[in-house]
Amino acid sequence: MSAPAEGTRAIEVQDLHKHFGDHKVLNGIDFHVDAGEVVCVIGPSGSGKSTLLRCVNRLEQPTSGTVLVEGVDVTSPETDLNKIRSRIGMVFQQFNLFPHMSVLRNLTIAQQRVLKRNRGEADGIARANLERVGLGDRADAYPAQLSGGQQQRVAIARALSMEPDMMLFDEPTSALDPELVGDVLDVMRSLASEGMTMMVVTHEMGFAREVGDKLVFMDEGIIIEEGAPRDVLSSPQHQRTQAFLSKVL
Amino acid sequence: MTKANRQRLRDAVLYALLLGVVVLLAFAADWPVIQENFLNQEVLRTLWPEIITVAAKNTIVYTAISFAGGLVLGVVLALMKLSPVTPYRWLATAWIEFFRGLPALVVIIGFALAVPIAFNWQPPGGLVGAGVLALVIVSSAYMAETIRSGIQAVPPGQVEAAHSLGMSGSWTMVSVVLPQAFRIIIPPLTNEFVLLLKDTSLLAIVGAATDDRELTTFGRDSVSENFNSSPLLAVALLYLVITLPLTRLVAYLEKRSMVKAR
Repeated sequence: MSAPAEGTRAIEVQDLHKHFGDHKVLNGIDFHVDAGEVVCVIGPSGSGKSTLLRCVNRLEQPTSGTVLVEGVDVTSPETDLNKIRSRIGMVFQQFNLFPHMSVLRNLTIAQQRVLKRNRGEADGIARANLERVGLGDRADAYPAQLSGGQQQRVAIARALSMEPDMMLFDEPTSALDPELVGDVLDVMRSLASEGMTMMVVTHEMGFAREVGDKLVFMDEGIIIEEGAPRDVLSSPQHQRTQAFLSKVL
Repeated sequence: MTKANRQRLRDAVLYALLLGVVVLLAFAADWPVIQENFLNQEVLRTLWPEIITVAAKNTIVYTAISFAGGLVLGVVLALMKLSPVTPYRWLATAWIEFFRGLPALVVIIGFALAVPIAFNWQPPGGLVGAGVLALVIVSSAYMAETIRSGIQAVPPGQVEAAHSLGMSGSWTMVSVVLPQAFRIIIPPLTNEFVLLLKDTSLLAIVGAATDDRELTTFGRDSVSENFNSSPLLAVALLYLVITLPLTRLVAYLEKRSMVKAR
């Protein structure tokens, strides 16, 4: 793990715009995440929060603006994108485990291909991370044999096996049956308590209030309001935040 | 007459008609001639064991080479067709449309006769080698489209997950996309194998050396040597012995993939 230089932010987004043709999804976002911070992003669907998250590891190509990860410009063509991505763990709404590989292989493939770890070392790290998410006994299972909640925890373990500096979560519990959400949130909670830098797009207001250091409310491609989760959730300043929260809380 | 009775009468007429035709054929057929010409034991005995050790073996070997070569070339063409570099896409499209649009026989004659005559080229493996090369190229054109559709059927989230882990485009293709794409296209590829197996019969046109003959060439030669059609029936049966289990397999695989896709 390469520690970022003193005073460098984990994620720094400056004047970010993203258009899909005529459709303007992000309209000038300024935003940052400090090392060790847990930032939750909320907002109505279509507000651009997932797109913002996906611009951080350039799964989406920003139309204009700057995205700095540990001080390195992700949008620059000079940047070694694969190296940056290997330091940013990402968890998807639909899990996106590799269905043709065992759970263990899901966790070791990128360690071996990207970090050039040998099989034994990769296996050890993978098994330790499976233990961490409470699935140490499912290493030889295939994703289809697991419940949604278990698959998402494997996906978290897969990202953690790269020993990333930060984690991005794109609505990690939205595709889960309600009774399976708790286990995934528990894993995320313990990650946060260990000091992991996290950016979480979520609809789980309870999680945001309890675990988040900062809460960002987005609508129509801009940040409407941000602050301490307790403040934003209990006394939102902006009318649109109030309207949104009155519907979801 | 009630509706049910009318239906019964119609069925009875249809069965009677069928029976009549069968009886007529049985009487009209010259059974001794049929047996002499198609089931002549003496002639059939002379085919053994070359019909298996040479002819069937060569058919399978030529099919396997054409399939394997077509598959490798097909993957390359599919990747070219999906390439961000425009000329690659054009080249792949031109290749695919050209060789899918021509009869396989024309391509075989082209490689076995036209190209060697024009460029004084000695095809590796002789005329049959040139013919098999033609089959590789023809099958690559068909398989490229199948493989491309398989690649595109892999959910984009799979590529995103691999990229998010820092995997390069080529590792993502090799480790994540292609294994899943091939799983999807196993049924159409098996079908392609059956078609290719039957297309090896077109190699009969090139006139292979005795030990290079596949089933159809072998059967045709035996028919003219013996002035008797029994070898052709034996050859036909051998084709069916190979193709029928394979087509059943395709049907099974398609049914299974449909169940899986629930």
